[in-house]
Amino acid sequence: MIRPDAPVLLEICDLRASVEEQPILKGVNLTLRAGEIHAVMGRNGSGKSTLSKVLAGHPAYRVTGGSVLYRGDDLLALQPEQRARIGLFLGFQYPVEIPGVSNLEFLRVATNARRLEQGLEELDTFAFEDLVRERLQVVQMDPAFLERSVNEGFSGGEKKRNEILQMALLEPLVAILDETDSGLDIDALRIVAGGVNQLASADNATLLITHYQRLLDVITPDYVHVMAAGRILRTGGKELALELEERGYDWVDVEIERLEAAELEALAAAQGSRTPAEVG
Amino acid sequence: MVTIPVGELRVQSRPNPGEAWLADLLATLPALAGNSLLATQQQRCRQALAGEALPSRRQEAWRFTDASAITAIPAQPLQRQPAAAEAALPAPPANVLRLVLAGSGDPLQGVALPEGLERLESGALEELFGEALDANGAAAAWPVCLNGAVAGQVLALRVSQPVPTLLELVSDTGDAAGVQALRLLLVLDPGASLAVLEVHRARGASLTSVVLEARLGRGARLRHGLLAQGQSPHQPAVAQRPTSACAAPVLLHHLAAVQDPDSELELIAAVAGWGLARLEPLVLQRSGAASTRLRGLQRVDGSQVVDTHSRVLFSGPDGRLDQVHKALADGAGRSVFNGAVIVPRQAQRTDAAQLSRSLLLSDRARIDTKPELEIVADDVKCAHGATVSRLQQNELFYLQSRGIGADQAARLLLRGFCEEVLAELPAPAALWQPLALLMGEDPAP
Repeated sequence: MIRPDAPVLLEICDLRASVEEQPILKGVNLTLRAGEIHAVMGRNGSGKSTLSKVLAGHPAYRVTGGSVLYRGDDLLALQPEQRARIGLFLGFQYPVEIPGVSNLEFLRVATNARRLEQGLEELDTFAFEDLVRERLQVVQMDPAFLERSVNEGFSGGEKKRNEILQMALLEPLVAILDETDSGLDIDALRIVAGGVNQLASADNATLLITHYQRLLDVITPDYVHVMAAGRILRTGGKELALELEERGYDWVDVEIERLEAAELEALAAAQGSRTPAEVG
Repeated sequence: MVTIPVGELRVQSRPNPGEAWLADLLATLPALAGNSLLATQQQRCRQALAGEALPSRRQEAWRFTDASAITAIPAQPLQRQPAAAEAALPAPPANVLRLVLAGSGDPLQGVALPEGLERLESGALEELFGEALDANGAAAAWPVCLNGAVAGQVLALRVSQPVPTLLELVSDTGDAAGVQALRLLLVLDPGASLAVLEVHRARGASLTSVVLEARLGRGARLRHGLLAQGQSPHQPAVAQRPTSACAAPVLLHHLAAVQDPDSELELIAAVAGWGLARLEPLVLQRSGAASTRLRGLQRVDGSQVVDTHSRVLFSGPDGRLDQVHKALADGAGRSVFNGAVIVPRQAQRTDAAQLSRSLLLSDRARIDTKPELEIVADDVKCAHGATVSRLQQNELFYLQSRGIGADQAARLLLRGFCEEVLAELPAPAALWQPLALLMGEDPAP
């Protein structure tokens, strides 16, 4: 739902980031307003997943430039846990298995950390159990998964449902879902996407990171962005995704080449025009 | 009895503190009269130790483990404060038979044993006492000799059928100082089964020595939990030579088991808080075809040392072993694991798996882990692996990305690491709050 007057939740400006001294993000610009669903598409290695991890604060990625404002405040200054507590959520492409830690306890501790930040009362085990049983319905998850260790021995589909369950409990304002559709069969995809649709509202924003059109068949994006070589190359409506599906990504290479050539030229021109002045 | 100022004596008159300590101990020990089983053993062990020193790091089996902490323990029999320790024990839940072990007095006095559990008759005791130690080649081991030299009593039980009651064996030396030796023998008849929870607690400058022999007849099942909760006084990690004023408790624990075919043995051990703890679970599958499951969890902090030396020997075909040993090393602590698995030629079709997982939580802590597989048979499955790591960054980040602070996330991961083993202790173990122990937290009141 696009409302030009809706408040801006996330404003990414010329974001640059590296991993192991290798630049991955090379100037990403993106603005998410309340009520909007954005899809970021692109090939493997285009920087989509890096973008999601940088936003969530993964320690392996180093921000080298640009800014990210979350509701007007500097997001990048915050620890990952603080980002989560104020309402940023990352749904993992590969949810992590944590043997020995009960899923139910993990969900309760996480929910209470968020509630505390919101000025709400922490939930005791009984009150939390009521809440979690209600939210399980969002993803039609078997309560037996609460008794197991976090994600341990879960199938791909069960892990993704567990991610959306966490989203349902944490009620984020900005949800970033990294390849939530990967590894899902068509039924699981429908359930997970149904959960995302239920949780999307006029007050929050969703950033879907995906490879394929098929997720966008069930979750209708307001904007589709094509990412390549660490930046957003083109932005359009949902028809852009269809176009990508049809044309593939080859045109992207051509455009990136042209873009980078133009940049080099501009750089050279800037240096060329400056040099005489400096000499003079 | 006159208390000799041990420390001074040691420094002035003898060059080797371990030798002096042992001599002092032997000099203060009361002797059993007569030629009973234990009296004979005492004499033999005291003779064997006379003139000896402590285990030295020059010996391969003690290469990583400094036993000198023992010399900080007063070289005397345990001076027990009457009735103080026992009052502090949590009340046993229903369906648990608790025997309090003190190394003296008869723990079976006035106790009604459940059906299927009885005192081992003296003829069988004569025959079986020491057999499992011999069979496992441990009769002459230093901790076993020390135990034999001190022990004035043996608790020997026969299990003749499946016993639904959990047998809880508890020793709590509290603040008492000195050396205590406990000697136990469990004989499981064919088809019998028993669950045991052995609990040791100590705070003071005490050494608890335990030797437990278990014999499992055909088809018998023994599930044995060991919860060893030491409480070290707070001291700087870089300690000078320990003195008895700040000495942390010491535990020396030998468990020697002999299994007949179709028997099942499960040993689950959780150990933390000792200045020095050395555990030696030894298992012989006498004719193979039995099942052995070992789970170990140990934690060191400060300047503590915990060393587990396990050994499983298959003397026949079709034996199974499933072993997981976990360690947490914090502060300047040192954790040692040596896991021997011996599969001789006659042990064809043995299926053994051993995994050692260690978490290094500080730059000053140290972990030595060594699988030791001797495989001669050619038709076997023997898997082993060892990992030493810090907390996993991806696991920490996952928890943090859900709003859980870094410290709490680390605690959750550590708890998870411990819970995998602790969850396997017999259920009544929860009473003793094993998780708080392993996490180095003060138990809830």
